[in-house]
Amino acid sequence: MDWPFLFATAKTLLTGVPLTLRLAATSLCAGFALAVGIAALAGSRFAPARWLAALYVMLFQGTPLLVQIFIVYYGFGQIDFLRASFAWPFLQQAYWCAILALSLNTSAYGAEIIRGAVAAVPPREIEAARAMGMSGLLLRRRIIWPQALQYGLANYGNEAILLLKATSLASVITLMDVTGLAYRLVSKTYRSEEIFTVAGLIYLALTFVIATGVHLLERRLTPCRRV
Amino acid sequence: MSTPAFTLIGFGPEGWGKLLLLAAGLTLVAAVCSFALGSLLGAAGAALKLASSRSLRGIGTFYTTVFRGIPEILVVYLFYFGGSLALTRLMHLAGFPGFFSLPSFIIGVVAIGLVSGAYQTEAYRSAYLRLERGQIEAGKACGMSSFVLLWRVIAPQTLRFALPALGNIWQSVLKETALLSIIGLVELLRQSTIASGATRQPLLFYGVAALLYLVMGQITALGIRTVEKRLARCWGR
Repeated sequence: MDWPFLFATAKTLLTGVPLTLRLAATSLCAGFALAVGIAALAGSRFAPARWLAALYVMLFQGTPLLVQIFIVYYGFGQIDFLRASFAWPFLQQAYWCAILALSLNTSAYGAEIIRGAVAAVPPREIEAARAMGMSGLLLRRRIIWPQALQYGLANYGNEAILLLKATSLASVITLMDVTGLAYRLVSKTYRSEEIFTVAGLIYLALTFVIATGVHLLERRLTPCRRV
Repeated sequence: MSTPAFTLIGFGPEGWGKLLLLAAGLTLVAAVCSFALGSLLGAAGAALKLASSRSLRGIGTFYTTVFRGIPEILVVYLFYFGGSLALTRLMHLAGFPGFFSLPSFIIGVVAIGLVSGAYQTEAYRSAYLRLERGQIEAGKACGMSSFVLLWRVIAPQTLRFALPALGNIWQSVLKETALLSIIGLVELLRQSTIASGATRQPLLFYGVAALLYLVMGQITALGIRTVEKRLARCWGR
């Protein structure tokens, strides 16, 4: 074991952690906002809105993320109205392309989670609330959303972990996150086993932190189900 | 914009249609091989995780934690760089100088197979735990050997319970094969990259690639759902 080399590698790769986390956190937030919208469409009484949501979910879940990233990064430059729009200065940067693709991708999975969580709220409780005269936002704020949050949190935590792993694909479009730095280091030194192992450990540590955080949050939010 | 889009993706002399379809075929073959390898590893992993020995369980847990916790692309890179280096060292020991590399198809199948094996381990394990204990006891009471018990009682039911999860894993394996494009295997995504480089039409070709992935995924999903329904019928619950 070449400890000095391992430490030097870890030091280099750790400088990529902020970018990895920023990609994951930004896409998670943007993706959640989108997911709420898609889930609302999916739960709509208007059939074409439901079809639209189903199509969106199918498109983004059914194609590889790498293809989505390539379409945004290489393909969007061909669309004239995008080139003319305010978004073009952003879409010229690999960072924002990665954020856009990751957000769209995770929003499709998030929408399914939110839909499932809302569907898991017992209908009797909603009936009871309606009988008490609650409706609209009040019903959602007091009855549906708090419970859906409890049901959906664990699944959304898993999605956050998958998203963190997915940010590594951003290295393919030149971003220097943990994977990108590892790849560059390997092409300089050819010590692939050590470098990729260190990179893997960093991801494992990040995953562990997220999993623990979600678990703690879940415990806090569901005092009634604690045993 | 000299050649119209439908000529470019068509099957004529200027069209990339045939190459794209062949590449899609390679994607499908790679996915099937990875999934099959993952099934073997998953069955072994589940056996480890359900073993009574603590150290065997530890190995199983280590396997699933590592390969579900690190990005697939790192696993692919590790095998791509590491595999060739290891092979070269091995060949040097055997007295063959020079550089040797493994075919990227094999590297890719092993890497994706290992990752999907970790997910399949969990699928088989939780399916096994849903099995009624009484059936195993009944089988033993009838004098079945452990192999017969596995073959007649455990395997069919575990497979049925695991089928929905396996369907999801198959879908992600199919999509993960896109990673093999970055280690040089000319599968669907790589072929689209080549085509878009030659024609300067990335939107068109990546769009076609996305569509082909979608079609492959939807058709296989339909097949899996049909099998699921048929099994649910003959089990009657």
